Amino acid sequence: MMRQLTRLIGVLAVSLVMAAPALVLAQQPPSEPQGEFLPIDQLPPAEQLPAAPLLVAAYAFAWLAVFFYLWTVWRRLNKVEAEMLVLQKRQSRQREG
Amino acid sequence: MRNLFLPLTVVTAAMFAYAPVAIAGAPYESTMLLIQKIFYFHVPAWMAMYAGIAVCGISSVIYLFKGRPAADRLAVSAAELIVLFGAIGLVTGPLWGRKAWGVWWQWDARLTMALLLELVFVAYLLVRAYGGPGSDKLAAAVGLFGLAVSPFVYVSVNIWRTIHPLNTVVPTLQPGMRGPFWFCALAFLMLFALLLNLRVYLATEQTRLDELYLAEEDSAA
Repeated sequence: MMRQLTRLIGVLAVSLVMAAPALVLAQQPPSEPQGEFLPIDQLPPAEQLPAAPLLVAAYAFAWLAVFFYLWTVWRRLNKVEAEMLVLQKRQSRQREG
Repeated sequence: MRNLFLPLTVVTAAMFAYAPVAIAGAPYESTMLLIQKIFYFHVPAWMAMYAGIAVCGISSVIYLFKGRPAADRLAVSAAELIVLFGAIGLVTGPLWGRKAWGVWWQWDARLTMALLLELVFVAYLLVRAYGGPGSDKLAAAVGLFGLAVSPFVYVSVNIWRTIHPLNTVVPTLQPGMRGPFWFCALAFLMLFALLLNLRVYLATEQTRLDELYLAEEDSAA
């Protein structure tokens, strides 16, 4: 019970830490107001963000997330299969004995 | 299901290997240029999430009213994939928005509701992990709630004034973009089917393990 509670508190703490930067960014006051609206493609080059790093980061995250998930499933499957093997061996020994 | 796994893996891998070629060949959008190419992963990820919500929600209903364990295994498997694909959507979106809108995030209707929908299914997984006995039925109710809420997230851009593009973007795509988009959408749906297949296999093995432990306890008693 205590271990489960500790684990739950740990998960909630990690979730809060992960969400904190997003919450802080969302709270930030807007930068200096412009005099007029300018479409993004008309901003001077110095004020434009490069698109390529953002695009690469997006695709990289998608791939990493999928492979991370695959790794977690593979790890859990290995654990279950190992336990099953031990259990099956124990049960067949009990039946023989 | 196991017989489908290898062909599904091969086809999905081939599609994802070709996807960058298809995306690079698509024309640039006139105002957003390069950054708009996140669209070819961003929207399909949300489509895969919605496929997961349909599977999880319907399986949860079947489990709640018919009590079939296979439906529960399908629901929990789909819930994990909902969180996965939702996370991809929630990360690729702000990366696109930072360039296109000038901000990482806006608390507008679509973005906020999408985040809340993701959190509903995170709650599903937390309930399953920490809820103790009876958590399977409680989580199934959460899954049903997520299914009920999901259409509102989809139509939120039509109901409220939001910064997010409208749902009419996909049906009105320029011809050069349609092919790569639907190719990536199909690739993501196949990836969803593949991962679901794998995760259901894990859930089935976990059930078998539990049955072996119960059989051992019965024989010891």
